Amino acid sequence: MTRKMPDHYYKLLRDLQAMDFVLVELTLYLDTHPHDMAALQQYNQFASARQHLSAQFEQEFGPLKHFGQGYTRAPWQWNETPWPWQV
Amino acid sequence: MWIYEKKLQYPVKVSKCDPYMAKLLLEQYGGADGELAAALRYLNQRYTIPDKVIGLLTDIGTEEFAHLEMIATMVYKLTKDATPEQLRAAGLGDHYANHDKALFYQNASGVPWTATYIQAKGDPIADLYEDIAAEEKARATYQWLIDMTDDVDLQDGLKFLREREVIHSLRFREAVEILKESHGVKKVF
Amino acid sequence: MNEYIAHAGAADQLRVWHPFVSPLDPCPPIAEKTFIIPPNVTMPWQPPGLPQFSPYEALKLGTLWPAYYSPYETTPK
Repeated sequence: MTRKMPDHYYKLLRDLQAMDFVLVELTLYLDTHPHDMAALQQYNQFASARQHLSAQFEQEFGPLKHFGQGYTRAPWQWNETPWPWQV
Repeated sequence: MWIYEKKLQYPVKVSKCDPYMAKLLLEQYGGADGELAAALRYLNQRYTIPDKVIGLLTDIGTEEFAHLEMIATMVYKLTKDATPEQLRAAGLGDHYANHDKALFYQNASGVPWTATYIQAKGDPIADLYEDIAAEEKARATYQWLIDMTDDVDLQDGLKFLREREVIHSLRFREAVEILKESHGVKKVF
Repeated sequence: MNEYIAHAGAADQLRVWHPFVSPLDPCPPIAEKTFIIPPNVTMPWQPPGLPQFSPYEALKLGTLWPAYYSPYETTPK
């Protein structure tokens, strides 16, 4: 099925990818530096900002996660394209 | 358990129709030093590694699945609209005969993935040194793959994946340091 | 900053060697070969408080820390 995603989709997706990437990097760093207070603080700050951004994304483009980790409208939104490898 | 997130870790872009490159990229899909091998190696070693390192193996192993999905995306995009003729010309005629355009866990030469690519010795130093070596080998593979394409967008995604190998290797090296010191003295930051 | 790091890092991490050349070698010799020493080898324990890239730069380059960025550009071998 062809569904042209607006530029806004790509922009918001990239914002989320950037924020989540910082969290991946901080996670691996904290795995080996569990006492670094500055890094812990930054991790929690980004985790909170990440929640807001993903909620905004999901509001517009449907759930990012399954198994009750997000909300759905009718009909069931999880099945909607595009899947990550299709965009 | 694992939760899937409906997004790639990094925005993969492919700009040149080049099914031959898809064949080469399979090295990092189902090859000895590829992303599948990496994910399964780390997640399997977790169960017997000292507790201090379990979190790291879990996180890197999980990130490897995100990288596997990026490679799959590259292969998918490079072969999606190729004709059987184009696939034949790209050296993928034998692949087409067996799999059509389906992805398959095999290396660039068509050798299927095997568990003999990965090891779990139960000895933390043996396992972590294997992990460091695996990351360096994967980094080298990404270098040679970058050399094999002139598509700057594809190179961009491959450079991201190459840098991740550098960071993963760093973390495994740090894990070795942590184990060295676990007799009591620890690095305090 | 990005460009500066890229170039500084590239030069720092590159090592050059000169393979033996025989008059009997069938192909024109490549006099100079290179390989990379990535920063995880020279700095195997990350010190705390390192400067960071912005989130967008970090995503683009694959690491949050400039000190651990290892650039790779295709070079004729």
